[in-house]
Amino acid sequence: MSPVTTRSSRSIDWPLLLLYLVLVGLGWVAVYAASYSPDAPPHPLTALSFSELMAFNWFKQLLWMGTAAVLIVILLVVDYKAYDTLAYVLYGGMIGLLLVTLVIARPIAGSRSWLEFGPVRLQPAEFAKFTTALAASRFMAGINLRNQNWRDQAVLAGLTLLPVALILASNETGQALVFAALLLAYFREGMSPIILLLLAAGGVILLLALLVPKVWLVSGFTVVLLGAFALNSRLWRHHLPLSLSAWVLVIGMVFGVDFFFNKVLQPHQRQRIEMLIDPGKDPLGKGWNVTQSKIALGSGGWFGKGFLNGTQTKFDFVPEQSTDFIFCTVGEEWGWAGCAVLIMLYLTLLWRILLVAERQKSVFGRTYGYCVASILFVHFTVNLGMTMGLMPVVGIPLPFFSYGGSSLWSFTILVFALVALDAHRKQDLLR
Amino acid sequence: MQYLEGRRYVVLAIFTLVGLLFASRLFYLQVLDDSYKTAADRNTLQRQVQVPFRGLIYDRHDSLLVSNTPVYDLMVVPREVKRLDSAKFCQLMQMPLEDLRLGLRTAKAYSRVRPSPLIQNLSTPELASINDNLINFPGFRVQARMARAYRTQNLAHALGYVGSITPKLLESPKYAHYAPGENVGISGLESYYEPILMGRRGVQYRLVNVRGIDKGTFRGGEFDTLSQAGQDLHLSIDSDLQAYGEKLLAGRRGWIVALDPKTGEILCFVSAPHYEPQLLTGKGSGNRYMDLLRNPDRPLFDRPLMATFPPGSVFKLVNELVAMQLGVVTPATGFPCDQHLVHCTHRHEYPSNVNIAIKQSCNPYFYQVMRAAVVRGQSPNKFEDARLGLGQWQKMVKTFGLGEKLGVDMGHEKRGLIPSPEFYDKLRGYHHWNFKTVYSLSIGQGEIGITGLQMANVLATIANRGYYITPHFVRSIGASGQPLPQYRERHYTAVDTTLFKYLIPGMQEVVDGRGGTGSFASLAQYGISVAGKTGTVQNAHGEDHSTFAAFAPANDPKIAIAVFIENAGFGGTAAAPAAGLMMEKYLRGKVAPRRKRWEDWVMYGDFTKRRH
Repeated sequence: MSPVTTRSSRSIDWPLLLLYLVLVGLGWVAVYAASYSPDAPPHPLTALSFSELMAFNWFKQLLWMGTAAVLIVILLVVDYKAYDTLAYVLYGGMIGLLLVTLVIARPIAGSRSWLEFGPVRLQPAEFAKFTTALAASRFMAGINLRNQNWRDQAVLAGLTLLPVALILASNETGQALVFAALLLAYFREGMSPIILLLLAAGGVILLLALLVPKVWLVSGFTVVLLGAFALNSRLWRHHLPLSLSAWVLVIGMVFGVDFFFNKVLQPHQRQRIEMLIDPGKDPLGKGWNVTQSKIALGSGGWFGKGFLNGTQTKFDFVPEQSTDFIFCTVGEEWGWAGCAVLIMLYLTLLWRILLVAERQKSVFGRTYGYCVASILFVHFTVNLGMTMGLMPVVGIPLPFFSYGGSSLWSFTILVFALVALDAHRKQDLLR
Repeated sequence: MQYLEGRRYVVLAIFTLVGLLFASRLFYLQVLDDSYKTAADRNTLQRQVQVPFRGLIYDRHDSLLVSNTPVYDLMVVPREVKRLDSAKFCQLMQMPLEDLRLGLRTAKAYSRVRPSPLIQNLSTPELASINDNLINFPGFRVQARMARAYRTQNLAHALGYVGSITPKLLESPKYAHYAPGENVGISGLESYYEPILMGRRGVQYRLVNVRGIDKGTFRGGEFDTLSQAGQDLHLSIDSDLQAYGEKLLAGRRGWIVALDPKTGEILCFVSAPHYEPQLLTGKGSGNRYMDLLRNPDRPLFDRPLMATFPPGSVFKLVNELVAMQLGVVTPATGFPCDQHLVHCTHRHEYPSNVNIAIKQSCNPYFYQVMRAAVVRGQSPNKFEDARLGLGQWQKMVKTFGLGEKLGVDMGHEKRGLIPSPEFYDKLRGYHHWNFKTVYSLSIGQGEIGITGLQMANVLATIANRGYYITPHFVRSIGASGQPLPQYRERHYTAVDTTLFKYLIPGMQEVVDGRGGTGSFASLAQYGISVAGKTGTVQNAHGEDHSTFAAFAPANDPKIAIAVFIENAGFGGTAAAPAAGLMMEKYLRGKVAPRRKRWEDWVMYGDFTKRRH
């Protein structure tokens, strides 16, 4: 052991802590605005009983923030090595919890993913991201990165897909989708980029197949391929089997879209994709969320209508406005300037996390850091994307902003486990 | 492992790209595209229009004719309807169950949270019974709105009526700021003076939430405006005279128009058969309107303004004036009553001057007067001569306000027709007609057509000795205002004002001379001298129409009147006594009891038995 002090406060990454505090603070302001009602302004100074205060989301969010502070302290004082050593235990425990949830949970809005303890509800799926990230990082640290064999790859895939399967079974498609984020972390650690490209190509082809008639798509792709052959004879001679299989793959995907769309997707998921393509089709029905969300955002202008002056969010035109659609409140009341600042803050947070991850001496720490950044990034992308009508409506929260204890806790744990690891990185080297 | 180091920048780039993509998408949504701001206002801003109090209508003696009264609509808010006992409800409202079901369905289709009318125009007893029981039916409420109330049973044709604005009217730019369901003047004065009667709407912008529930004013009422009540109209109509005229012609088809020649004010405007103005307001007005529309006597037809007819002998006065102006005749000119030219109504003394000719209404005399006016040897070609002569004649006749809309303050006025040479060119062919073709015009028959108002106005012009003021109903906008500017100027005819006086002795003879054709209109017993002219309008389809036009007192005219009774034969028989009674009523304020037999004659007499 070195003579260096073991108190971790000296080596805490203060910029990361500061960014976290700013985002959570702004998030609370947004929740306050979203739950503010001009009829009965919630005034903190008026003497309200505890139970009366509990009727307000902003007050409950304050309680969640207090508990999050306790969590942070616990995460920082816990022996940093526990994250590594307990990774598989935590993962196993979480798989068990997901299974239990699946059995005993009461369906809430069609999803069996909430555990109820009196007035408090928790969603284990929120925390499965953390445990899976830990377990994946631990596994990454134990394998030879240069010579990954198929067995390691299969184990990693199984490790990742097991919680995904359980969460899908509980009908929480959004939360399951977030696990795709881990692919970015795996990519950093050596996963073939072809998997990422294939996924991206699949998404593009899915979208094209829904927008463009299939005949055009197939003939267009064929023409491109034949054109490539005609221009480059080397391609013709050396890569014919590869090119042909790519062609077959694309055609297969184009025709597979129908099957996927109509047979695999559930009706409400199908509708969400249809609404993304054409929200004007049913603006008062299925397209309501997207239409109203865009109206609220779009009416913000350069600098917004001002704090508590949003009309679309105040008067309940936007549904789920303090949870999934919290960004609308920001957009309407603070305008483009506010949104740009918010996006900038998130990007700064993500950059900082990457920087912190890269400076870890252990593969475990670095992989975990990348997992945290990627999970936050996917939440940010999917949530903002659906709010501004670029992505189908998938109900996942905006980290630190959306009202809700489970998500605040889970993001706090994700970030501060990294802060704790980072604070001890030098010790790790000395170990 | 070195080669994997580079991948951190790939991840970094992906994060940054998505951030930039979102920022630019938001820039488009929030800053560049304005449509979302409009959509947001459409969401939350509700424009509430406050309809001002509609202006009232008074007669010339300031007695109230038309006012406003609250009527009540039963409104329903579908979302608030709970446990509706429809049988009990229908019994209370006395409405069939199907109507209730249909009404509720319609209301739901409109909105579940906003009130829709279920029953409109509730009567007062209905309202009383509903109000007592409304507490048992949540979701139903009574809403008051203003409708027209009439203090008179007369003058329906001039007043017109007020109703919900029609989809067709909504399309016209004049009514651009009206909302569906709002009241608007549909016809008559209510329509002509719509902007004045309407006043100015007040607009309040209210904020509403997603369920349409009121959330207060928009920006503290910065854009709100107060409503301004409409201005009152003071008519020149004399209600007593109007009521008397409608009584006289009840049961007949025809009209009476009386003017104050000095001001052009319309004193009475009778179109028979008439209807009561309140028929077209309130509950069941739609059905009553259809009944009136289907009535074979066409009570909705505004005869004095819309029925054009050949004026008959009354028109001889205009012909005489035009001929005198052209210098082709003088008051002392005599023409023989030559029945070879045109048939004369009766045998009479030799028309050695205009007085005798007018008194006897001698057709051959006026044939020769007009021939002198038209055939003046202006061209060696007799066809061309007639063309030139008729052209000059037509231009002069039109200056009497004939053949064109007079411009009364009422929308549906007809022009009538004073035929031009071109008219006959088209009818007969160029140079295929001469005076013999058009001679009927000399006695007010043939292709000529004028309206009742025009005929009364010709008499007013003669009464004024040469000018008229466009007839109008509204003498004052507001309590002490003025009529519209166009009703304050004199219009002179093409005939010199010094010539008019030569007609008047003859016209007095018509009424008070021995054997005058219009003696039934005489007010000589009251010392009032009446100047008039009878007319009998030939009717190919049945009994001739009876007209009489007059003014009195002859030397200081206070009233000019024209009466027209369909299928009543000779003008002196039916129209003249009606005109006499009307002038008596107006000039003396009452009709003497001994004149009742004349009233009975006008109202009930069998005019088809010819007296002359």
